[in-house]
Amino acid sequence: MSAGLKLKQVKKAYGSVQVLHGIDLDIKSGEFVVFVGPSGCGKSTLLRLIAGLEDITEGTLEIGDAVVNTLPPSKRGIAMVFQSYALYPHMTVYENMAFGLKLAKASQGEQDRRVREAAEMLQITPYLDRLPKQLSGGQRQRVAIGRAIVRDPKVFLFDEPLSNLDAALRVATRLEIAKLHERMADTTMIYVTHDQVEAMTLADRIVVLNYGVVEQIGTPMELYHTPENLFVARFIGSPAMNIVSATIASTGAPATVQPDTGNPVVVNAEVAATYLDAKATFGVRPEDLTPTDGPGLFTGTVSIVEKLGEVTLVYLDTGLPEPITVKIDGDVEIAKGATLTVTAPADRLHLFDDNGAAFPRMRLSNAAA
Amino acid sequence: MASTQSTIRIVPAGHTKRAKSDLMRQRLRAAGWFLVPMLIALAIVAGWPLLRTIYFSFTNASLTNLYGAEWVGFKNYLNWTVLKSGRVIWSGLLSDPAWWNAVWNTVRFSIISVTLETILGTVVALVLNAEFKGRGLVRAAILIPWAIPTIVSARMWGWMLNDQFGIINDVLLTFGLIDHKIAWTASSDTAMIAVLIVDVWKTTPFMALLILAGLQMIPRDIYEAAALDGVHPVKTFWKVTLPLVRPALMVAVIFRLLDAMRIFDLIYVLTPNSSQTKTISVLARENLIDFDKFAYGSAQSTMLFLIIALMTILYIWLGKVRFDGGDR
Repeated sequence: MSAGLKLKQVKKAYGSVQVLHGIDLDIKSGEFVVFVGPSGCGKSTLLRLIAGLEDITEGTLEIGDAVVNTLPPSKRGIAMVFQSYALYPHMTVYENMAFGLKLAKASQGEQDRRVREAAEMLQITPYLDRLPKQLSGGQRQRVAIGRAIVRDPKVFLFDEPLSNLDAALRVATRLEIAKLHERMADTTMIYVTHDQVEAMTLADRIVVLNYGVVEQIGTPMELYHTPENLFVARFIGSPAMNIVSATIASTGAPATVQPDTGNPVVVNAEVAATYLDAKATFGVRPEDLTPTDGPGLFTGTVSIVEKLGEVTLVYLDTGLPEPITVKIDGDVEIAKGATLTVTAPADRLHLFDDNGAAFPRMRLSNAAA
Repeated sequence: MASTQSTIRIVPAGHTKRAKSDLMRQRLRAAGWFLVPMLIALAIVAGWPLLRTIYFSFTNASLTNLYGAEWVGFKNYLNWTVLKSGRVIWSGLLSDPAWWNAVWNTVRFSIISVTLETILGTVVALVLNAEFKGRGLVRAAILIPWAIPTIVSARMWGWMLNDQFGIINDVLLTFGLIDHKIAWTASSDTAMIAVLIVDVWKTTPFMALLILAGLQMIPRDIYEAAALDGVHPVKTFWKVTLPLVRPALMVAVIFRLLDAMRIFDLIYVLTPNSSQTKTISVLARENLIDFDKFAYGSAQSTMLFLIIALMTILYIWLGKVRFDGGDR
């Protein structure tokens, strides 16, 4: 049992405050979609609209092929895992998982079979008789997932399920959710997070939201290699992309831009002739920059060195308002105060117009993506 | 997570074999010093009067002769004399019909009023727990009956329930619900009802507030999970809300029960001298002051103390009440 979702111009307003400005989204059956964005971008609200916990102000939501705008949550064929687990504290793990089935008047045998099956899958069988307060955070979260599995939903909703777990447990549970998706390949999953690592590792497709607007929808690699705008470029990737303001010095493909300080730079992007002398920004990821002896993209003094073991982050003072971040191999010795020149291949540069929209990449770079 | 009722436990010196660290001892000493003023105050205002009352209940003290009282043992509680004819004459508290009438009135009043207040208080709390405009104002307004001193509200209701000029009779007559004026506070059929009405009116807000505090401890997402599970709202109340608010509810009930068992002011003002409503406290005061049977009144007070203590212990034990905020 599974179903896709279709959102058409979905809007949400609280009084006069517009939270979501017309979201269009097409989620295929069995897909794992992650909503990601900064706090207050509307990602949780969007999930709650899909769940039916909040009313849709305008637009339509289809699950399967039926419009479900006015259906109560329990009739939508969904299950949800909450950030705070939302387990019933006075019921045992077993009762928590069986509660929905019991009320749906499922037979005793059916209840038992489904609860035990889910418990087996999540390895929580030994805890079935315990109360939630007797479990650790990770175990509680697995119970919450188990409760959702038991409902045998068409669509599985996760609302920041890992944010209450400590770092090690977060990684372990993330892997469990990935495995779960593999085992329940037919079930559509929608996952909300502000953590881009979770988004990148789990998603088939990522929806980047900002101020109630979809900034970009795409596979993790698409978002990483070909961000459609400045927001996505900055949001995806860690540490964040270096952004430098510039003017378009020559148009065509490839185009040349003149940064506020330094030499002209060739970017593998198609720029129409009308953009000549227009303001623009170009970006380059810290991991795409490499030290060089010859002439490079940026030259500056090393202001801070952060050694993370496998890599070292170097912050370069180049006279630009923001320091340039460079990610280099952890074995390279580099001292604070040294002068460093770095460069990047032209197809690893991203060019955005004054409104933050990316210029089309040249064919070459698309192939690389 | 075994229940720890107090965070500071004072262990008697020499009780533990293992030597406590200096820091721990210092802390215990500091805790002790902080407790001393309260213990002294309690000993003066609660401990001493209680001990004196218990002492007087075993004497033949009267108001005019408090200090010349003689010890008479259990005579005030129960005593018997065997006449020459072989007839046994019982005397003392436990053979006094007026006492048993007061006990019955007290128990009846407590159970009915606390039950009504719990149900109404829960309803009010559920309403106040919902989001709506002007909730703050309604919350404040609902507290008004509780904020009015009992004597004032008893007088006020006394007038409203007045048989000749009371507004209650007037309204009921106008709407044709009764065909003649009722002497609410004077008639033996309605005196208890009148007292119950006023008490419920007055103390429901107290219950509502205590229960509301409990309701607000329940996280909202549990209700959302219930909505996803497709639980009917009525079922949600019985299966989710009630079990989770139970600890707060039990504490609220015990507070009210203790209060109701020793009710005095409302009844003394609203229905003086009605045997239908005379509770143990009213009876004890009558004996202590009006009848100059100080020792007898003391015995009644002591019995009331024992009854309340017993009921409280039973309630906490049977109801598994916990005062540390429940099991979350």
